[in-house]
Amino acid sequence: MMIRHAVLQLKPKKGHVGHNLERIGQALREIRHHRPDVVVLPEAFLSGYFLQGGVREVALTQSELAAAMSALYDSLAWDGPLDVVLGFYERDGGIYYNSAAYLELGGRGLLNIHRKVFLPTYGVFDEERYISRGNRVEAFDTRFGRVAILICEDFWHSITGMIAALDGAEIIYVPSASPARGFAGAEPANVIRWKSLTQAVAAEHGLYVVLSSLVGLEAGKGLVGGSVITGPEGNILGAAPVFEEAVLLGDIDLARIPPVRYDNPLLADMEAGLPLLMSDLERVMAGSKVLEKIPRPVRGKALVRG
Amino acid sequence: MLKVIEAAPGREVLELNYPLVAEFLTRFIAEELEWRGYSRAVVANSGGVDSATTIALAVRALGPQNVFTVFMPHAISRPESAEHARLVAEYYGTPYEVVDITPMVEGYAAQTPGITPRRLGNVMARARTIVGFDKGEQYHALHLGTGNKTERLFGYYTWHDVADTGPIAPLGDLYKTQVWGLAEYLGVPEVVRGKPPTADLEAGQTDESDLGISYRRADVILEHYLKGYPDAYIVGLGYTEAEVARVKSLVNKTHWKRHLPTNAVVSTTAIHEFYLRPLDFRLG
Repeated sequence: MMIRHAVLQLKPKKGHVGHNLERIGQALREIRHHRPDVVVLPEAFLSGYFLQGGVREVALTQSELAAAMSALYDSLAWDGPLDVVLGFYERDGGIYYNSAAYLELGGRGLLNIHRKVFLPTYGVFDEERYISRGNRVEAFDTRFGRVAILICEDFWHSITGMIAALDGAEIIYVPSASPARGFAGAEPANVIRWKSLTQAVAAEHGLYVVLSSLVGLEAGKGLVGGSVITGPEGNILGAAPVFEEAVLLGDIDLARIPPVRYDNPLLADMEAGLPLLMSDLERVMAGSKVLEKIPRPVRGKALVRG
Repeated sequence: MLKVIEAAPGREVLELNYPLVAEFLTRFIAEELEWRGYSRAVVANSGGVDSATTIALAVRALGPQNVFTVFMPHAISRPESAEHARLVAEYYGTPYEVVDITPMVEGYAAQTPGITPRRLGNVMARARTIVGFDKGEQYHALHLGTGNKTERLFGYYTWHDVADTGPIAPLGDLYKTQVWGLAEYLGVPEVVRGKPPTADLEAGQTDESDLGISYRRADVILEHYLKGYPDAYIVGLGYTEAEVARVKSLVNKTHWKRHLPTNAVVSTTAIHEFYLRPLDFRLG
């Protein structure tokens, strides 16, 4: 079965959540004849990415988001259900997260929320000053198959894609917001890096990666776009342009995953080999810089010397 | 016989993909003006490479008819500045006007016995700020900052001059060396980009004699210093200890100049200290 995907590489209006919801509606009306099954929006699309303390003024609870998206869906008179992946700032009581939702509109509603775990707080980024870390990476079932969401820097750490793949994900959705930097090459350096990351993760685990990357200038910082859909061999199947709004369409065929994994059974190998390495993972974490002032016994195999 | 291949060592690169930079800066001008409610720009046209490059980008972003270039001479300005300012406006097809700031500046100077050439130069620079903002009002436009990264890092400009006060500044993250490269790509006339840079505020002034180092050498030192390379590494690239020291000294005497004025903090809602919002934040 082909799953028709549409990556909506759109530019939000800073701080205008209602306007941005309506922008999603406009885009969906414009592309409805392409009959997408799943549309994927970028990180923080509902508000714009760089907000500093403004996060708390625009964040939504899960139920507010679900209600807003349900109302949007109702206004579209869409033919059948529509799945949406959408980045937004989430409020849960007095705690704020950089989150992305998976919604089955016209069906079961909100299926999953991923809260970004790796919050960049260096250079131009300052996330952890304003928001809290999520602490889960998990796959979940949609009407099309098993998928996972990772947000931006989450995806830059290979362990997150590995966990998602071991948890059964066959598609990883990656909403991102990446300001352009590094203008020496054919494309901004971060676009080149993003593309190679999607190729590496997709090929390592034999799955699809759908990257939806924000565009628009935010006070001099140019969110770069360059969204891609990358297939299980690590081939980029389609790429959106940099800097400008665009819709990237792509049919995802999950039936291709088993043959690709048969050729390159790296995920099965990981499943078998990872337990052998868990003690080393524990050992290095026990001795990591974070914990270095707390002496702990070294576990794992004893070295034979002599 | 073994085939031997040697990998290139990694290094910092100042050379940029100028078509890509131009595309980005063009978009920057259009989008940053748009959300502020503008589609037109004023550029103080000095006849130098920074203003010419800014004009070229603004023309790409907005169309030549929407870029109001204003040459603001003082009686001591070099004659070639006028020629070059007109040449740039004609080359890019923009509106061009001349506002002679001599009466403004000399009106003040006449009331200020003993004013030095340096002070008078600063008055000229800030008189141009007044004109830049007023021309913006006249044309429903914003005036563009024209400062580059090298002069910003050196604090080599008059605080709040017309180049410093433009609300939108496309060249502010480009070293002078990179502005030259971009100017060449954008077709800025050679006579403009090839001449020695000068603030043209005092007779005989050039940037590089004021700074005590050439831009091309300074920019390599700056890039390495900002990225955290130790002095010895930079000296190892072929720069003298005196050059490195000069560059570091200029940067570290002028951090204040790259910020807004200092406000005394007495509360937990002090602006930019506790109450933090990006400049493009708005609710709706």
